[in-house]
Amino acid sequence: MTTTHQPTTPFDMGGIGHSVRRKEDDRFIQGAGRYLDDIQLPGMLHMAILRSPIAHGRILSIDASEAEAMDGVVAVVTGEMLAAHDLAWMPTLSGDTQAVLATDKVRYQGQEVAAVIATDPYIARDAVSAIFVDYEELPAITSPQQALEEGAVLIRDEKEGQTDNVAYTWEAGDREATDEAFAKADLVVTLDTHYPRSHPAPLETCGVVADVDPATGEATIYLTSQAPHAHRTLFAIVAGLPEEKIRIISPDIGGGFGNKVPIYPGYVVATAASLLIGKPVKWVESRSENLISTGFARDFHMHGELALTADGKILGLRASILSDQGAFYADAQPTRFRAGLFHICTGSYDFGAAHVAAKGAFTNKAPGGVAYRCSFRVTEASYLIERLVQNAAYELGMDPAEFRMKNFIRPEQFPYLSPTGFVYDSGDYHTALRKAMEMIDYEGWRRRQREPHPEGKLIGIGIASFTEVVGAGNSRTYDIAGLKMIDSAELRIHPTGKAILKLGVKSQGQGHETTFAQIVAEELGIPFSDVKVQEGDTDNTPYGLGTYASRSTPVAGAATAVVARQIREKARRLAAHLLEASPDDLEWEPGRFFVKGVPDKGVTIQEIAFAAYTDFPEDMEAGLEGVHYYDPPNMTYPFGSYIVVVEVDPEDGTWKVLDMVAVDDCGVRINPMIVEGQITGGLTEGFAKANMQWITFDENGNCIGSNFLDYLVPTAWETPRFRLGETVTPSPHHPIGAKGVGESATVGSPAAYVNAVIDALWSKGVRNIDMPVLPHRVWGALNGVEVAP
Amino acid sequence: MYPPAFDYAVPRSLDEALDLLAEVGDEGRVLAGGQSLIPMMKLRLAAPAHLVDINEISELSYIREVNGHLAIGALTRHADVVRSEIVGAGCSTMASAAPWVADPLVRNRGTVCGSVAHCDPEGDWNSVMLALGAEVVARSRTGERVIPISDFVVDFFTNALEPGEMVTELRVPRDDERSGGCYLKLERKIGDYATVGVAAHLRLDERGRIGRAGLALTSVAPVNLEVEEAERMMAGQEPSEELFAEAAEIAARTCQPQSDVRGPAEYKRAVVRAYTRRALHQALATARGER
Repeated sequence: MTTTHQPTTPFDMGGIGHSVRRKEDDRFIQGAGRYLDDIQLPGMLHMAILRSPIAHGRILSIDASEAEAMDGVVAVVTGEMLAAHDLAWMPTLSGDTQAVLATDKVRYQGQEVAAVIATDPYIARDAVSAIFVDYEELPAITSPQQALEEGAVLIRDEKEGQTDNVAYTWEAGDREATDEAFAKADLVVTLDTHYPRSHPAPLETCGVVADVDPATGEATIYLTSQAPHAHRTLFAIVAGLPEEKIRIISPDIGGGFGNKVPIYPGYVVATAASLLIGKPVKWVESRSENLISTGFARDFHMHGELALTADGKILGLRASILSDQGAFYADAQPTRFRAGLFHICTGSYDFGAAHVAAKGAFTNKAPGGVAYRCSFRVTEASYLIERLVQNAAYELGMDPAEFRMKNFIRPEQFPYLSPTGFVYDSGDYHTALRKAMEMIDYEGWRRRQREPHPEGKLIGIGIASFTEVVGAGNSRTYDIAGLKMIDSAELRIHPTGKAILKLGVKSQGQGHETTFAQIVAEELGIPFSDVKVQEGDTDNTPYGLGTYASRSTPVAGAATAVVARQIREKARRLAAHLLEASPDDLEWEPGRFFVKGVPDKGVTIQEIAFAAYTDFPEDMEAGLEGVHYYDPPNMTYPFGSYIVVVEVDPEDGTWKVLDMVAVDDCGVRINPMIVEGQITGGLTEGFAKANMQWITFDENGNCIGSNFLDYLVPTAWETPRFRLGETVTPSPHHPIGAKGVGESATVGSPAAYVNAVIDALWSKGVRNIDMPVLPHRVWGALNGVEVAP
Repeated sequence: MYPPAFDYAVPRSLDEALDLLAEVGDEGRVLAGGQSLIPMMKLRLAAPAHLVDINEISELSYIREVNGHLAIGALTRHADVVRSEIVGAGCSTMASAAPWVADPLVRNRGTVCGSVAHCDPEGDWNSVMLALGAEVVARSRTGERVIPISDFVVDFFTNALEPGEMVTELRVPRDDERSGGCYLKLERKIGDYATVGVAAHLRLDERGRIGRAGLALTSVAPVNLEVEEAERMMAGQEPSEELFAEAAEIAARTCQPQSDVRGPAEYKRAVVRAYTRRALHQALATARGER
C-alpha cells in the first residue's frame, strides 16, 4: 500500500498517473458527438412499438387493419408474422427464452406486442394507437413471494417442463461448515432487506438503425451496444445470418451502466423489418419505453445471518436470496453463476464459513437483471454484508469501525481464499478505513452525535468497507452465452510515430479514448495525444466481450499494455539495427532506446517507427504492430471505505448528508481525474438508490416509475458534496497494477448512507429501513407505523 | 416522444391571440411556458387541435405594483418572480414559494399564470394565491373578468375559464408593514411535485392580533385546499404556539391526502400538521419584521 502512484513520464506524454484532459471531450462539448439518433440514412424508415397496457393476459386478437391503411405506414409487424420466420422468441443471456413480439400471452406491462414501420416517426406512433388488441386478463403476480405461493398462476405456461414460477435455484459455499460455525456462535444477528428494483436509466435510451442491403445481404446494424462483438455473434445465432455479413457499429454512447448489454426485442424486429423491406429501419426508445421494458437491475429480497462470538469475531455467514426476475430470466451474467457473483458477500472480512442459497421467481414484470454499474450482483452482496456488519456491531455493543477493524482480512493474508471460493488478489482494508476516519473526524462526529441537538434532529454515522470483484474473466471460469470473457487490443504504430489502438471493448462515457492512449504512452513513450483509440465497429476492431462490470481496464487495459510491450521488444531490435548495437546493450526510457552508458547515443520511438517502414533489417518483417488477446489470470478486487454523516428530521422523516468521505483503492490509477469522476458519479448513483430511486408496481402490475417524474434521478441540487481519498494497493497480476473502478462507488456507497440513517435511529429501536430510505419510511419506522410501499 | 399532429399559431398581439382563441373555441389551448402542456402532449395525454403560442406577445411579461397589489402578466416566468425585487419587497409568500417551483430549467420557461390556470392540485402557486386571496384577470374577445382565485379554481385540473378566454394577469395583494407569509414544501428532489406544501399568510392588526389569516395546502386534496376553518379560527386571535398548533390540527384533519409513492395518507397528515405549525411561526416572524 502506498498513498499515491508517482508518474514516470512527463505530463505532456501523458503516461500513467497523469490527469490529462479527456481527448473525446472536444467533440462532446461542441455538441458534435455522433449518437445513434444522429444517424440518418437515405430512405430510412421509422419503427414504433405497441406495448401491452396490462401485466398479464392472453391475446385474443390483434386488429391492425386501420393502422395498415394509414398514409405513410409501410408495415405492421406482429408476433405471428415473426413466428413464420422462427423469430417470435429469442434466447436470453441467462439461457432462458424471451418473446420478441408476444404471440400467446403478454407477461408484463410494456411488453412488445406489435411494431409499425412508417415513413416518419410521428406516423409510426399515430399508427400504433390505431392497432386494437383484445386481451383476456389474467391475475398479475407482482412479487416473488406471491409467485411461489401454492396455486399461483403459471406465468411461463409456454415453457416445456415448467410447472411453477421458479426461474432458477443456485447455491455457493459450504452448508455444513456454515451450520457448524453457527452452532458455535454466542450471538446470531439477522437482517431481512429488499434491494429494490432500479434501472440504469442512461441519458441516451436504447436504439438501433438496421440497414440490410437487399443486393448483398450484408447487415450493417448501428446499435447502442456496450458489447458490439458479442452482439454480432448473438445476432448471427438469433437471426441465422452469416456472421461475416453482420457489421455492428456502436456509435458514441450516452451512458450504458449495464442497460446496453442485452439484446432487446426492438433490435430484432427492426433488423427483421429491414431485411424484409429492404430499407434501413430506425428504432429509438422513448424514456418511458426504456424505463418500463429494458433491463432493470437488483430486486433482491435478502436474508442474512452472521454468527458471532461474544468478543466480536465473525464465525460465519448464511445468506438466502429470492430474486424477482420478471417474466423472463434475462440476467446478463456469466453462465456458471445463476445469481451473478453474489457469493462475494463475505466482503472484506476474514471468517471460515459461508453459504448462499438463491432462488429466482418469474413475476409479471419486465425482464432484465442487468448489472447496473455493478459486477454481476456484487452490489446486492456488498449491501447485505455491510448492513449486517454494522448491525452486528451495535448488537455486540461495539463501535462499527472497531468491529470492522477486528474482522478485516489482514494485509499479510493476501492472496486470500474466501469461503465461497474467490481468491482476493490484494488489499489493505485497515489503512483505507483508518484514512477515511481521519478525513471525516470520526471521533469528533461520535462526540457531536451524543450532544443534544437544538432542533431535535438526530445525527447518524454510517460506514461501508466494501470489497468488489471485477474484471471477468479468466476464461476457465467465466463466459457469457459460451463466449469466454477475454478481451483484446490491436496496436499499430504509423511511420510518423503516431498510433492507432483498436479495442474490443466500448466506451459509454468512461474516457477510453484517453485512458487507453495513456497506457500506450506509458509503455511506448508515444504522447497520448498521438494515439487514436478506436472502438465499436466490429469490422475494424479485434474481438472482445465488451464494456461492463468494470472489466475494460482489467482486461482490455492489460491487453493494451501487453501488446505495447511486445511492440517495444520489436522496437528494441529495430533500435539495435539503427544504432548498430546489440539489443541487450540498449536501455529504455520513456520514448527512447539508448546505448547503456552512452545516453547521447539513442533513437526515439518515432525514429524507430519510421525505420519500421523505411529501414528495417533484411531478416525482419516490416511494420510495427501487434494484437493481443488477454486472458486474465484472476479477477481484480478493488475496495474502499466510505463514511457518511447524516442528520435526520424526526418530524418529517427527511435526512440530509452533512459530510461524506470516500477512500477508494483501485490499485494504480491511470488517469486520476477520470477515476475521481467515476467515483463521484457512482457515489451520486448510490445516493439515488439510498435516498429516492426505485421502480415499483401497483397490485395490478402497473409500473410506477415509468418516467423521470416517478423514477427520480438526483441533480446537482440534492447530491451531497463528496470528499475523496485514496490508497494504492496494486493488483499483483495485472500488467500495470490497475483494478477496475467504474462501479466501486455504486456498489459500496448505498450501505454507507443507509447505515448512517440506521445509526441515527438505532437508539429508537429501528433496525432496518429498506431502500429507498424515503422520508415516509423513516417517519413510519420512528412512529411504529407500517408504510407499505 | 412524438405528440399527435396539431395546428399552431403565433399571434403578435393580445387582440390577435384572443381572435384566434375565439375561432378555435374548445379545441384550442394557449401555449405559454409549455412545461405542463408539452409533456402531456408528448405522452399523448393531451391532444389539442390548435395551439395559440403567446410567447411573442412581450407586453404580457411584467411584474408591476398597482394600487396595493402586484400585477403579474401572463408571460411572466417563474424565474422572473425568483429574481424580482418588487416581489422580494412586496410579497414575502410569493418570494418564499418561487424557488420551490419545479427546477431551474422549468422556472426559466414556465409561467406563473400558466401554472395557476392549469389547476393541478400538486402545483405550488394556487396554494400561495389562495392563502393571499389573489385575483385572476381573464380576457376574451368580448371582454374582461376579474375572478377571485377561490372561484377560479373549480376542480381537479379545471378552472373557471370559458372557451375563448385566457388568463392575462394575476393580481396579488401586496404585503403591508404588518403582514408576511411563506411557503414550505416537502419534495423528494428538486423538480418533484410536493408531497405536501403549505402556504401561510398573516396580517396583524395594530395591537398585534391576527387580522387576516390565509392558509392553503398543496397535494393533499383534489384541489389546492384553502383551510378556511383554520383561517376563521385564527382571525382576531392573539398569535401563540397553542393557536398555531390548533390551526395545524384543523389543517391535518381537513386535508384529504391519498396514499401513494410519496407516502401513506397518515404520514402526509403528520407533515401537514408539522409544516402548518412551522409555516405559521415563520409567517408571524415575517409579519412582525423579525426576519
